[in-house]
Amino acid sequence: METASEKSESLALKPDRPVGIIGYGAYVPRYRLPATQVARLWSGEGEGDLPVKEKSVAGLDEDVATMSIEAARNALSRAGISPSALRAVWVGSESHPYAVKPTSTIVAEAIGATPYIQAGDWEFACKAGTEALVAAIGLVGSGMGRYALAIGMDIAQGQPGDALEYTAASGGAAYVIGPADESLAVIEATFSYVTDTPDFWRRAHQVYPSHGQRFTGEPAYFKHISNAAQTLMESLGTKPADYRYAVFHQPNTRFPQMVGKRLGFSDEQIKPGLLSPVIGNTYAGAALIGLSAVLDVASPGDCILVTSYGSGAGSDAMHICVTSAIEERRSRAPLTRDYIARRSEIDYATYARYRGKIRMK
Amino acid sequence: MEVPRYWRLQKQRYALVGEICPHCQVKIFPPRDVCPECGGEAKQPFSFSGKGTVFSFTTMYDAPKGFEMNTPYTVALVKLEEGPVVTAQLTDLGEQPVEIGMPVEMVTRRIREDEEDKGIIVYGYKFRPVMAGTH
Ligand SMILES: [Zn+2]
Repeated sequence: METASEKSESLALKPDRPVGIIGYGAYVPRYRLPATQVARLWSGEGEGDLPVKEKSVAGLDEDVATMSIEAARNALSRAGISPSALRAVWVGSESHPYAVKPTSTIVAEAIGATPYIQAGDWEFACKAGTEALVAAIGLVGSGMGRYALAIGMDIAQGQPGDALEYTAASGGAAYVIGPADESLAVIEATFSYVTDTPDFWRRAHQVYPSHGQRFTGEPAYFKHISNAAQTLMESLGTKPADYRYAVFHQPNTRFPQMVGKRLGFSDEQIKPGLLSPVIGNTYAGAALIGLSAVLDVASPGDCILVTSYGSGAGSDAMHICVTSAIEERRSRAPLTRDYIARRSEIDYATYARYRGKIRMK
Repeated sequence: MEVPRYWRLQKQRYALVGEICPHCQVKIFPPRDVCPECGGEAKQPFSFSGKGTVFSFTTMYDAPKGFEMNTPYTVALVKLEEGPVVTAQLTDLGEQPVEIGMPVEMVTRRIREDEEDKGIIVYGYKFRPVMAGTH
């Protein structure tokens, strides 16, 4: 008979060949919509218990393809490899610009990675990005290819007046995965926890998503993140104190703080990767841009626990340890905070125009 | 724009890929296979850095078909650091005024959309003010 500890040992996913992050790159668009703007319009109030301070809003000429291209260029600059050395370009999002026609081919062409590549778009609500990342770990870790690019990016839409409108934001990050001995951070193991949970969905031909109110918190976000993170730590024999930083999917400010606390992490461990208060919820980009903000400040030897969450529902947890290569590669592209600092505040009318909420015809 | 033409041009449009003259090293954009300096054959691809400065600019309040959703927008002649001058839209200006000599960098953006929500989305280069923190 298998004991509980043997069982959890076998649950962590580890590649045959050690892999890591060779390069990473963030992207956040320039515009910001303060939550007070949304509150004033729909509830007649300006203050109170708002889920974030403000959210990032993409410009008129931006979409998941253009934002992914910029994040990918940043990741390639840090990786210092030729784009033609990539063997996969995978983009995870729930807001791909076309219903049929891959985002990944546009991105791959623009960065110069075509034609000898795998390309594909991943979908799993807010965990599409980490799902692409786990696939890249598998491709590189099996020896099928030396480098793979995984991106989590979204230009999230909330229905006017819906609670999601405060937080649904734009941004994400790209990661070049490659051999561990070339990496700026080694990905030691991953673990995923998935169930069929009806917390949030969007049917074909609908512009805005729907959510099942009573499913959104406890049985969805908290259950999946806790199980993924807890099981990964048990299987690796680690505890919260072994991590310098922890990043959780961040649909608002409070959820990641609460789940972190329950798992035994302190505010200090969570704060550097908690970007939702200032950029909102970037959906498939959220956990990955939280990680890029942490890599911007981490030191060699620091370990990071990253756990995403996607509605529907599932979580991917990852154990990542930073190497000495971080110091030199960090400065080869703009930092996550450079994008956050590049900020133009807009009002609700401008936001409505930028995000296509006013239909001219 | 018809789809085949768009497809042929997309490499140079997505990422400012031009040519370099093997005889006199002049960088060429858009690609034309013949060096404008020495007249020699020049077919070797060259990826421009995307860095440049605003040479002159104008703001468009009336736009041609396919560009209406973006008005008003600013079109500039940008002198690339490698030499050639290209015409392109400026983007991400926020409340920042445009000035001659302003350092800009290339980004790939949506240029236009045909047939409302049904047609192809055309992507291409634009320029934005150089971000703080870039080098
Ligand atoms: Zn020449």
